[in-house]
Amino acid sequence: MATDGNTASRAVVHAGDLPDKPAPIATEGALAWMRDNLFNNVLNSVLTVSALALVLYVLPGALGWLIFNANWTGGAEACRANPDGACWPFVTTRWEQFLYGFYEKSERWRIDILLVVLAIGVAWMVWEKMPARRLVAMFMLFIYPVFAFIMLYGNETLGLPIVETPQWGGFTLTLVIALSGIVVSLPLGVLLALGRRSSMPIISLLSTIFIEFWRGIPLVAVLFMATIMFPLFLPAGVTFDQLLRAVIGVALFASAYMAEVVRGGLQAIPKGQYEGAMALGLPFGNMMRLIILPQALKIVIPGIVNTFIGLFKDTTLVLIIALFDLLGIVQASIADPNWSIKSVPYTGYAFVAIVFWICCYSMARYSRYIEDKLHTGHKR
Amino acid sequence: MQGDQNNTSSLPADTAAPSMQISEETVIDITDMNKWYGNFHVLKDIDLTVRRGERIVICGPSGSGKSTLIRCINRLEEHQQGSINVDGIELTNDLKNIDAIRREVGMVFQHFNLFPHLTVLQNCTLAPIWVKKLPRKEAEEVAMKYLNRVRIPEQADKYPGQLSGGQQQRVAIARSLCMNPKIMLFDEPTSALDPEMIKEVLDVMIELAREGMTMICVTHEMGFAKTVANRVIFMDGGQIIEENEPQEFFNNPQSERTQLFLSQILAH
Repeated sequence: MATDGNTASRAVVHAGDLPDKPAPIATEGALAWMRDNLFNNVLNSVLTVSALALVLYVLPGALGWLIFNANWTGGAEACRANPDGACWPFVTTRWEQFLYGFYEKSERWRIDILLVVLAIGVAWMVWEKMPARRLVAMFMLFIYPVFAFIMLYGNETLGLPIVETPQWGGFTLTLVIALSGIVVSLPLGVLLALGRRSSMPIISLLSTIFIEFWRGIPLVAVLFMATIMFPLFLPAGVTFDQLLRAVIGVALFASAYMAEVVRGGLQAIPKGQYEGAMALGLPFGNMMRLIILPQALKIVIPGIVNTFIGLFKDTTLVLIIALFDLLGIVQASIADPNWSIKSVPYTGYAFVAIVFWICCYSMARYSRYIEDKLHTGHKR
Repeated sequence: MQGDQNNTSSLPADTAAPSMQISEETVIDITDMNKWYGNFHVLKDIDLTVRRGERIVICGPSGSGKSTLIRCINRLEEHQQGSINVDGIELTNDLKNIDAIRREVGMVFQHFNLFPHLTVLQNCTLAPIWVKKLPRKEAEEVAMKYLNRVRIPEQADKYPGQLSGGQQQRVAIARSLCMNPKIMLFDEPTSALDPEMIKEVLDVMIELAREGMTMICVTHEMGFAKTVANRVIFMDGGQIIEENEPQEFFNNPQSERTQLFLSQILAH
């Protein structure tokens, strides 16, 4: 028992708190970051060096062509004289057509107003410090589309001359198709996702059939069907606007994808959330709207935005049914004999790529921002 | 178990029981109730009557059907035979009855089931606003009253993810109380908690019991059962094996299964 006494007397007691020490220098700063991420083993070091070499090999040529050797002023003649750079005058002299398509010149102010209202509305919704954001969002979702249609199409009683949809084109048309698709596909996708998970077999079956039908066919086929096959089903004499058919096709197509994205989010919500809500007596609609969907949609923001971006880029496919969106109209302009210069097609496609990239990257950035903002728990 | 005993020994065992009033009025009446999961018979011929103000602890080995039983009371699980009557409302497929019962019956879960996208205050005001149609201001006052009662008013604007397990469970209790329920169901409320947080939750539950709340509590906290319960029910294999006053139940268990169970959980 003497040993017991000895061990007890060897008890180690720390009094007071240990001070926080700074992290070792080697774990901070740019050098440490490079060592940890770029040169942490032989393979990564080789990859880093070769990637850098590739960038150095490609970048000067690309920048030279796009910026330093490019033609910024003059007209077709200047471009013909210097074929080794982009021909930006092609874009600057034709930008109106790229933006408005074949829309009546005298009526283009209507599009201007719509674009300005759109820009203000979107900025207002996105910028947190603005007051009454919910009201503005309601306006943009429900009133703006109607307003936009009246402004674009025209209305005799309001004194706005009719501009038929075949005259719509350019970036305006891209926006019309993409925004309609976005505004329709999110709510419809949510409904379809809820429908597919419904305990009522008929609703679940119908939603599943709808989703699998639209997911199973290519968008090009949808557009062809909307243009060529659909009119065959209609009684003689009944016409149905070509653009509207395309927009409906794109929107339903995107809805099917959206439904599956949202369903993924719904499946990630633990059963306890439903039980917590039900135990409080919340009816089904309130439970979905207040508890389940906000969480499910938050989880799948990347997927939703991914679908939006896909939809936005897929609008270019309408050029195969002779609708001239931004890409279509740029392509048509390239064929202009006055601009048959070697650098013009490249310039046109580069321009389209830049415009689309800016739009899509903005959406991606905004989604990241929203994800961070909605993150309420501790990061573990 | 070590933690449990430490906690329970610190509970004020003498003060709880005498002040609690039990009326003769029946609030829950379960008669001959059976439930199956597919072919699996989970609840067998359950008969249980709960009077207003009673505190009932249900214990038993895992898989014995105790959670399923209390989840039948507010229709988180559906029973297939027999009847359940809560405060005069018969539990049927009628959604109106189910909603009415859920408004009367609060429930606290093992994993809290707080809504992580809402603040603590919003968690508490949600149901009063949307189910009871209380004005927001009033709902917030009620919520703060109960958050005070569970001793975390200062956490009102935090999100559940920022709180400890014990705090979250106290919020969950406050959230249920905001609906002013007549009956509280507790489904292993301390099983997911770290030992040092069990006491703060049990303290709140004891206080609630002292105020006369009708409680049915599935728990392994035998100290809590001794202190607060006026009846302990032991379940095994989907049936109620033994039902007795806590004193008798722990000191003089009748059935062999009860004895075995008690010897296992009290062995340490």
